[in-house]
Amino acid sequence: MSDFEPKIVAFCCNYCAFAAADLAGAMRLQYPPSVRIVKLPCTGTVDAIHMMKVFEDGADAVFVAGCLEGECHYLEGNLRAKKRVAYVKRLLAEVGIEPERIEMFNLSSAMGGRFAEIVEEMTQTVTKLGPTYKGGPKEPVKL
Amino acid sequence: MIVADRKPLDEILDSIKDYKKIMLMACGGCVTVCFSGGSKAAGLLASQIKMARKKQGKAIEIIECTPERQCEYEFIDELKNDIESVEAVLSIACGVGVQTMSEHLPQAITIPGLNTKFMGYPVEHALWEERCAGCGDCVLGWTGGYCPIARCAKKLFNGPCGGSSDGKCEVDKDIECVWQLIHDRLKQLNKLDNLTVVRGPKDWRTSTNAGQRKIKFEEAML
Repeated sequence: MSDFEPKIVAFCCNYCAFAAADLAGAMRLQYPPSVRIVKLPCTGTVDAIHMMKVFEDGADAVFVAGCLEGECHYLEGNLRAKKRVAYVKRLLAEVGIEPERIEMFNLSSAMGGRFAEIVEEMTQTVTKLGPTYKGGPKEPVKL
Repeated sequence: MIVADRKPLDEILDSIKDYKKIMLMACGGCVTVCFSGGSKAAGLLASQIKMARKKQGKAIEIIECTPERQCEYEFIDELKNDIESVEAVLSIACGVGVQTMSEHLPQAITIPGLNTKFMGYPVEHALWEERCAGCGDCVLGWTGGYCPIARCAKKLFNGPCGGSSDGKCEVDKDIECVWQLIHDRLKQLNKLDNLTVVRGPKDWRTSTNAGQRKIKFEEAML
């Protein structure tokens, strides 16, 4: 398992989480290279099928990062995303995939440090769990 | 509208365990509205099936399609060629859709992916409650518009049973006692006299108890 390099997909909203990721870069913060960021206008645009397809295509974890609760640029997009993440957790559990592989986070654009921590936390979680499809051929994450 | 609920994933996976290529046929009618069988539900279910099979090391190919209504053969006819290329069809339509497939395209093995539940009404977004049992002899005229057949656990015709308490049913405190609703509505309409008439036993032959029912509209027949 030592050569396991997790693939994590992060759906980040433009106004807060992506800005936080950008800030993490500007601050030269170090975090694992396991994350692939998908920039969105709002996490409210992420549907369950988007998260499922990412897992289907071989991702080891997904996180959705939106604005702080109550501070969504589109008022309640992040609250909708929160419900959808909970729904996908149930769908994954039915399939036998650990629901911890998907999480929702809330960040402000000033939380570059927290973004780096989240990537670190998710990478550690997934490293402990191992690949989503153990033993099976790994396929690239298509974005 | 017809309300259905998806079968447990394990049951679905077991029913398609022998197939490597299936069609997942959704329906653009009632089950789309109740989120259990539309194109979106098909996408999620297909994704779950593919993931589960990938975990088992037994890949599966799934063709997704969503005819306008699966319960009418005109809409499924156009999928005939695609159906011939698969080993089985997993239908996430109501029971009528599944049977339309079995009768009209018998060359395909059609497996149900939903449990059809009831004819219901959305009391709020994404929450449906049973309203009609299709009994074939509507009583809503004298009950003030509340159905004691679909909504009373005992299907009583002459008032509530002793289990009615604070307007709730003894079967489940989340279920309203329909006889309380009937009484309150008739009182509001000043038609409480309706309840003084003793109603005899219902003739269940108009329901499902006298074999399959048919309705013919002569004037429209070709």
